[in-house]
Amino acid sequence: MSLVTETAGASALEASAAKPIWDWKPSIFFSAAICVYYVIVRIYEQYYGWYAGLDSFDPKFNQYWMTILWTELPLEAVSFLGLCGYLWKTRDKDLANVAPREELRRFYYLLGWILVYAVAIYWGASYFTEQDGTWHQTVIRDNDFTPSHIIEFYMSYPMYIVVGVGGFMFARTRLPIFALKGYSISYLLLFIGPFMIFPNVALNEWGHTFWFMEELFVAPLHWMFVFFGWFALAVFGVSLQILGRMGELFESQKDLCGL
Amino acid sequence: MSFLFRKAPKIGGTPVVPESISASPGIEGGAGASKKVMAADAGAAIAGSPFNSKAEAAGLIKVADWLLLVSLFFIILGGYHIHFMLTAGDWDFWVDWKDRRFWPTVIPIMGVTFIAACQSYFWLNFKLPFGGTIAVLGLLFGEWVNRYNNFWQWTWFPINLVFPTQLIPGALFIDCVLLLSNSYIITAVVGALGWGLLMYPSNWQILAQFHQGVEVQGLLMSVADLIGFEYVRTSTPEYIRMVERGTMRTFGKDVVPVAAFFSGFVSMIVYFVWWYVGLMFSTTKYTKSF
Repeated sequence: MSLVTETAGASALEASAAKPIWDWKPSIFFSAAICVYYVIVRIYEQYYGWYAGLDSFDPKFNQYWMTILWTELPLEAVSFLGLCGYLWKTRDKDLANVAPREELRRFYYLLGWILVYAVAIYWGASYFTEQDGTWHQTVIRDNDFTPSHIIEFYMSYPMYIVVGVGGFMFARTRLPIFALKGYSISYLLLFIGPFMIFPNVALNEWGHTFWFMEELFVAPLHWMFVFFGWFALAVFGVSLQILGRMGELFESQKDLCGL
Repeated sequence: MSFLFRKAPKIGGTPVVPESISASPGIEGGAGASKKVMAADAGAAIAGSPFNSKAEAAGLIKVADWLLLVSLFFIILGGYHIHFMLTAGDWDFWVDWKDRRFWPTVIPIMGVTFIAACQSYFWLNFKLPFGGTIAVLGLLFGEWVNRYNNFWQWTWFPINLVFPTQLIPGALFIDCVLLLSNSYIITAVVGALGWGLLMYPSNWQILAQFHQGVEVQGLLMSVADLIGFEYVRTSTPEYIRMVERGTMRTFGKDVVPVAAFFSGFVSMIVYFVWWYVGLMFSTTKYTKSF
């Protein structure tokens, strides 16, 4: 080894050692950004839901609601493709030789990514989904693209899908256990299940075209959403896989927990 | 105790780790990093501590715990809430749907699902006895935010009409049964039965005032029904709710105990099934193709 490469290697090591393993800024920033964004969306709903969202034949509906739909759908598609493309393009091509500190750093980044996913899931599956219940038990729908649906189905669901797929791609392209051992079944379930809630919107809209069933939020037509919602529990397996490998990396530190 | 070190070490098995970690510049693979002890499945990783100091390692353990706990809370919340609102939601949304037969039947049966799954995950892997409580706390967080911020502040239904069902006492009970018995079978039989039986009494105090009788324009109804009439929804239940047609009234005149026992019985079966659903979703297997 030449003196030049030795010196360069040593400085890289020093730089890596100086860099903290856990950087809280990305996950906290994106979690907060999602929350702030949805609060703004909610304020918009407050004003323009009643003002322009009651009759889809009203020109105001087109102006205040359909423009959101036509803006968000291509943005989401571009975000999805852009994020996946970026993560694939910048992938680590030598995953068999990731140094422990760097591997640990990537695990913490993944944990931060899962936190952002959790926040996005909360807004989509909990907040905006039950909100849709109260809107449609108040205002009879005459259109698939109601004010609550434009936010719930076509904004919040795609957003958590983008974050979820991004997390999977990050793990798959940067973490040895998720790249070299095959596909994690739990991680596949974790992002594909909630992802399938979105295509299931097609069944929902198809059914609502046939039947008037506003009186029951628990109508059987909605049960496929439930089935795919169960797959969020696959976070159990993902967390166990992450903890299993992190436990190995922390092996020398067991005494910290008094064990 | 931490998520990271969830299994007790084998006595005499793991070699003792030196108190101080050498701050070797070789932690990324340079000099002094020659012993291969890690990365059984990650290729040729380099030995040595990845940490600069013990304090750094200790801080990272806490960070991992908090990141996971918060993430689990919100992901469980999302899955549980969408499940609950679309299988039992109508009985939970409105005070005039909180009747004495369907409400105590449907809510515990649909609610015990995620409780069982969470218990199997938290108990078997971490011996943490709060699987049921964390699931229910998440559900109630999602529900209260929604009822307040959307049901009331967007569509103007009063909180008296839309408060969610109280589920915490039943969740505490079922967690206690698992903690004391360390048996999912006993938890299913005793805990899930108690979960079903406790639901109605847990809500008695808040609900009693709405079940007072009132006479309005010559018609006898409950206060809950009256509030419901004042706030007409598509789910105003008069034309859809199945009324009690049966003649049997075993316990005096009330059907609640019968409904609660039936609900508890079904909850036992659902608990068994969902314990294994929790195990299934806890899989750590990999597949080469999908």
